[in-house]
Amino acid sequence: MADLHNYTINFGPQHPAAHGVLRLILDMDGETIKSGDPHIGLLHRGTEKLAESKPYNHSIGYMDRLDYVSMMCNEHAYVKGIEKLLGVDVPERAQYIRVMFDEITRILNHLMWLGAHALDIGAMSVFLYCFREREDLLDCYEAVSGARMHAAYYRPGGVYRDLPDVMPQYEASRWHNDKQTAKRNENREGSLLDFIEDFCARFPGFVDEYETLLTDNRIWKQRTVDIGIVSPERAIELGFTGPMLRGSGVEWDLRKKQPYAVYDKLDFDIPIGVTGDCYDRYLVRVEELRQSCKLIKQCVDWLRANPGPVMSDNHKVAPPKREVMKEDMEAMIHHFKLFTEGYCVPEGETYSAIEHPKGEFGVYLVSDGSNKPYRLKVRASGFVHISALNEMISGHMLADVVTILSSQDIVFGEVDR
Amino acid sequence: MDAILALVWTVIKITVIVLPLLLVVAYTTYAERKVIGFMQVRVGPNRVGYFGLLQPIADLVKLLNKEIIRPTMANKLLFLIAPVISVTTALVAWAVIPFDDYLVLANINAGLLYIFAITSLSAYGVLIAGWASNSKYALLGALRSAAQSISYEIAMGFALVGVMMAADSVNIREIVLAQSGGFFHWYWLPLLPLFMVFWISALAETNRAPFDVAEGESEIVAGFHVEYSGMTFGLFFLAEYMAMVLISVLCALLFWGGWLSPFQGVAHLDAFFAFVPGIVWLVLKSGFFLFAYLWFRATFPRYRYDQIMQLGWKVLIPITIVWIAVLAIAIQCQIRPWF
Repeated sequence: MADLHNYTINFGPQHPAAHGVLRLILDMDGETIKSGDPHIGLLHRGTEKLAESKPYNHSIGYMDRLDYVSMMCNEHAYVKGIEKLLGVDVPERAQYIRVMFDEITRILNHLMWLGAHALDIGAMSVFLYCFREREDLLDCYEAVSGARMHAAYYRPGGVYRDLPDVMPQYEASRWHNDKQTAKRNENREGSLLDFIEDFCARFPGFVDEYETLLTDNRIWKQRTVDIGIVSPERAIELGFTGPMLRGSGVEWDLRKKQPYAVYDKLDFDIPIGVTGDCYDRYLVRVEELRQSCKLIKQCVDWLRANPGPVMSDNHKVAPPKREVMKEDMEAMIHHFKLFTEGYCVPEGETYSAIEHPKGEFGVYLVSDGSNKPYRLKVRASGFVHISALNEMISGHMLADVVTILSSQDIVFGEVDR
Repeated sequence: MDAILALVWTVIKITVIVLPLLLVVAYTTYAERKVIGFMQVRVGPNRVGYFGLLQPIADLVKLLNKEIIRPTMANKLLFLIAPVISVTTALVAWAVIPFDDYLVLANINAGLLYIFAITSLSAYGVLIAGWASNSKYALLGALRSAAQSISYEIAMGFALVGVMMAADSVNIREIVLAQSGGFFHWYWLPLLPLFMVFWISALAETNRAPFDVAEGESEIVAGFHVEYSGMTFGLFFLAEYMAMVLISVLCALLFWGGWLSPFQGVAHLDAFFAFVPGIVWLVLKSGFFLFAYLWFRATFPRYRYDQIMQLGWKVLIPITIVWIAVLAIAIQCQIRPWF
């Protein structure tokens, strides 16, 4: 009897569908997968250890770089943890701004996911349509924080500053004449809120557009229906969260179950799937796009009607206004202390979790009373999801590996940390 | 002396066919990028020359200048011969394509069979490339491509059988002439199911989206030509596009009446368009099929390998078999105006 071995394929780390730097060793029988062994850690940057050597505020920027397609949500979990330890109150307006940007981030993340997922299955155009809308949302990021991706906008005690009254506009260039530029600037004439409201009005139409290309497409259905099924029980056992869990039909969303910020005051539904296959996860995420749009609309309406402070007035934590600082000695001292040593957080530990676009994103903070965290542990949903990859792909075909992997919405920034 | 003259004359004719063909291929790549760009709300190439018109030339120069990398342990002879086979088979098929009445390099009796035989050979280029590369990705791509070609050749062959039955000939010129009489006399109507099957199999035969599993960009990266670089890759690329153009022309010839005017039999229009040479109609008709290639690529997700097999064996082949039977009855009953 000849000694027969299955064929192994090294999928990644340089692979167009590896979503970054996943190295997957696939044990194959022809085109069928016997097992898959994900090798992670190629994007490890030691975020948790780095945070131990820096004042609390310095690590906000690192949070952006964890899951680099849903930046502000990561910040939210971290900032919320610090606020909990400090016992600082956050002004309501800041809470609404945070919720609004959390949902903008969710749309950003899901658009990125939808585009990449469709591209992995071969539908190239959806990717570019999604990026067209991402562009507008990244402009919102830029308008409030100055950065298009790594915003560092949420700070303990509120948000860095209030929403701008003007939306930055395009300028005419060699490639766009005055008339074209005027057209591109049409919805940028007003404030940021006007721009976002306009986006919310347009966005459901765009989602319809993606759905036209995908939802009832026979090839799309053949590629996703009954692929990578996870039963509700198994999804819970595996520790799934977010759309992965809801796709399996478990109604679990931290925004509803443990409302944080102002989610309890807003009206939205959480979609769940039935069979727990890639198609259900797709439907859940697409519906979340619509729900997020609805949430943003509600936040915009509230924010229009209720001006106010966006930062805590506890100047032990939040920097004082710059003009006050010029005249007031106490403010000056606060400013100096904050920007040299930061603030000391009372001894204790906390776990702060939010409903991140990918699932539950948690930050576990231990403070020894100094100005740096004693320990920071990040609970990334992607890490849990990819642990289940072997179970999900076994028995499927090579092309399904790509489908399942991208239906998990993996980003290696948060898996490898 | 006569033999030499005939040879020279043939070489001239070949040049007259091949040079425009290469130009068409070059500008098909440009059209692909522009058309798909337009469909995807972007602009496509617009830097080299006016509107990026020189982009294909620039790409060619780039490919010519690139180093040809041969993977260690790859079979040198087969590795280099594979792209040559691909491009040869794609070129040779053009010998029997009539561009107008009598405008053909070789008007052989078994024209259609010849084309069918030659295009089948192109599977060897892919197979050998995948095997000789000594890469698992390439091998997978080659295996997929081989299985796919074989299955779809059957469906395609049956579709062609229908055409031969209807025209009562295997000569392409006679097939086109058998369709004369205007738009509704072309074979797309009486052979509609076969036309659809032929069109779909043609997509699959040329490994284009949504049947591009042999390349399977997101699964096996580039499939059979993953290890090829420079002009060796360029030859595969050339072969793929030439096959696309060939299949588009074939669709037009076999089902859309080739060089025949669509206004034949329409009283005034026929006379009005009489000055248009037949080749223009052929180019326009094949242009539509070429455009459809790009359109599909921008629209559809990719099939999975086993689903392609299912579609081929369980859907397309039964359709052709049934329609051949229907056709036989129709021919026996001499249904006008087609038979």
